[in-house]
Amino acid sequence: MFRNQYDSDVTVWSPQGRLHQVEYAMEAVKLGSATVGLKNGTHAVLLCLKRAASELAAYQKKVIPIDTHIGISISGLTADARILSRYMRTECLNYKYSHDTLLPVTRLISQLGNKMQVCTQRYDRRPYGVGLLVAGYDDQGPHIYQTCPSANYFDCKAMAIGARSQSARTYLEKHLDQFHGSSLEDLVKHGLRAVRDTLPNEVELSIKNVSIGIVGQDLDFHILEEDETGAYLAMIEGEERRGGTGGGGGAEGAAPPLREEAGDQEDPQDPVPAVAMDTE
Amino acid sequence: MSFSNIDAFAAPPLWRNGPSPGAFYNFPNMQSKTSGFVEHSQSPVTTATSIVALTFKNGVIIAGDLLGSYGSLARFRNCPRILKINDNIILGAGGDYGDYQYVKDLIEQKIIDEECLDDGFNLKPKSLQCWLTRIMYNRRSRFDPFWNNFVVGGLQDGVPYLATVDKLGTAYEDKAICTGYGTHLALPIIRDTLQKNPNLSEEEARALVVKCMEVLFYRDAHSYPKYQIGVVTEAGVKIEGLVDVNQKWDLAHMIH
Amino acid sequence: MSSIGTGYDLSASQFSPDGRVFQVEYAVKAVENSGTVIGLKGKDGVVFAVEKLVTSKLYEAGANRRVFTIDKHVGMAVCGLIADARQIVDVARREAANYRSQYGVSIPLKYLNDRVSMYMHAYTLYSAVRPYGCSVILSSYDLTDGPSMYLIDPSGVSYGYHGCAVGKAKQSAKTEIEKLKLTNMSTRDLVKEAAKIIYLVHDELKDKNFELELSWVCEETQGRHERVPDNVFVEAEKCAKQAMEADSDSDTEDM
Repeated sequence: MFRNQYDSDVTVWSPQGRLHQVEYAMEAVKLGSATVGLKNGTHAVLLCLKRAASELAAYQKKVIPIDTHIGISISGLTADARILSRYMRTECLNYKYSHDTLLPVTRLISQLGNKMQVCTQRYDRRPYGVGLLVAGYDDQGPHIYQTCPSANYFDCKAMAIGARSQSARTYLEKHLDQFHGSSLEDLVKHGLRAVRDTLPNEVELSIKNVSIGIVGQDLDFHILEEDETGAYLAMIEGEERRGGTGGGGGAEGAAPPLREEAGDQEDPQDPVPAVAMDTE
Repeated sequence: MSFSNIDAFAAPPLWRNGPSPGAFYNFPNMQSKTSGFVEHSQSPVTTATSIVALTFKNGVIIAGDLLGSYGSLARFRNCPRILKINDNIILGAGGDYGDYQYVKDLIEQKIIDEECLDDGFNLKPKSLQCWLTRIMYNRRSRFDPFWNNFVVGGLQDGVPYLATVDKLGTAYEDKAICTGYGTHLALPIIRDTLQKNPNLSEEEARALVVKCMEVLFYRDAHSYPKYQIGVVTEAGVKIEGLVDVNQKWDLAHMIH
Repeated sequence: MSSIGTGYDLSASQFSPDGRVFQVEYAVKAVENSGTVIGLKGKDGVVFAVEKLVTSKLYEAGANRRVFTIDKHVGMAVCGLIADARQIVDVARREAANYRSQYGVSIPLKYLNDRVSMYMHAYTLYSAVRPYGCSVILSSYDLTDGPSMYLIDPSGVSYGYHGCAVGKAKQSAKTEIEKLKLTNMSTRDLVKEAAKIIYLVHDELKDKNFELELSWVCEETQGRHERVPDNVFVEAEKCAKQAMEADSDSDTEDM
């Protein structure tokens, strides 16, 4: 049942100096559908692939606005994400109340990191089983941050998390140099292509299963309406998709309520940390 | 009152919320009543008088003298109350000097915290003003106000900014702000000048402040002829140490 | 470590039959998996150098710093789980702020070290929590008492040092540090030496990318802890790279 005797509690170090419970929580992030975040010189964009629990269910919201200048997209346990998003909203409001200005993104993230760390050190808690991509805009320009259940966070040029996200990261790394100078339109297109790379071959992006959040200079964080999303989708339609990443699409993947197996190991060089809460 | 176990000389309770030895009417878990009355400060002790402040073309200037009065006694003669907050903000304070020193410590720690973060963000005057207002209003709502007038000056994203908050939490922004006697004696002079010339240079603003401090010294019994001037511009903050009022008593030739 | 896996190593509140607390030792292992951090104390200041491993191209440069400023005059370099370490940073800052509000002066490093050590030690006493997976180095420069530096382990044990190293390559880093005459060296020289050591002990085969972080607290900064200025940093990094090249040239000659 247990992989080893050191993985039952978050308070137990393994002889190698690893925290298995935290590593397992990191796996929960890979259970959620993929989400991509990227930025240019003036804007930060979040894009994500939504899933429906069944044919009768609506697509699950994956992008959550936090404040006028911050929004997040989530992958992992949605309920955990709601706790974190409520916390982030409260922090932003409190700061606005006491300082009459918007909370700098980096400060919010570090406060969040400290909150999340507590859950990785106590017997009566468990780590938050959710990864976030945070898009924000402040006096220092646009930001994309990634947070993990390990309470680590990273200031990113671009990032993708969630199921099959390695393909998206591969795309992002390949085109990394183009993002900074690109227009908002091109940026969204890059993002959509990255999201598309996480799909099995038979599944297409649609206005139903894609959601896009944008924030930037003189632009409050907002989630695009379906017709706006549709316009962007039309721009990348018909482009040749990068093949071969489909992996375990299978029979299930064809149905619109897209479902994937837990953490497809599609790519061997996925930078899964060898050590829990990798210290980079 | 007579049954309360808060008497400092009586034996402490046998256990938490339990009876004290000898306190016959004290039963376990019975809330022992404290006096029920709390007396807050209802007047300041050591006070400082007016602050004179105004914005000019590319900055803000604030002045205040160095006297700490004990009632009508000129008790302390070196109480500086123009404070550099960071390279972008200056603060002037009037009223109870002890309260000012306490709030000053709070602000200074806040600035140190921010410096430690080293994330490239610096407090802006509007934020400090808002934060001070929250503190002042909070204390007045608890009927225990900080007995001060604060004047915050600085550059808000490059634009001169001047605002004030008093012990009641009343706060507002203006081009020219004076507190204490300055409201009556200096503000009219400043307003008059600004009406004629709304875009003062730094030198003109300084001259105007010097004039105001002079008038205040002659008229306000709680003022003092030594004062400080703080100026904030794009170039940063400078606090001018002791400036003397240019006293001319020869016009009082009748009094000798 | 013959007692590993015998069931006496699952809780911080349990001794093994031979008198060890294994959970603490395992936490130390987490520190040893982290990028190397060194601290050098010279005659007029303390220098930190960090080998910050970068695991993805997608991360921004300069993110997730491993050197923190605790108070104007105190620096902290951390090694191990960065999320844990940030918690220690937070605690240390609170201690420093609290001391100032009580006594009106900056906290002496000796006292701060005591407080932080006690805090970390408390996490080695109970089964309900786990020991911190990080070591921290504290540094300060006092205009009258001179420089000081302490290293705190996950166990909560701390010592003062002239030179110390933690992390992946701490052994080879220590060997390099021992070659230096630390007590006679100026902070400017220490910066160069520290950069050199980090470049030297970095293992290119195992960890491809890394960023160098340098900070100092010294006479030159009037006792303030700061990241070293850009020109000093560039100079030190250049020296380190040249030293590496010279080193590899001589290696090939040897062959």
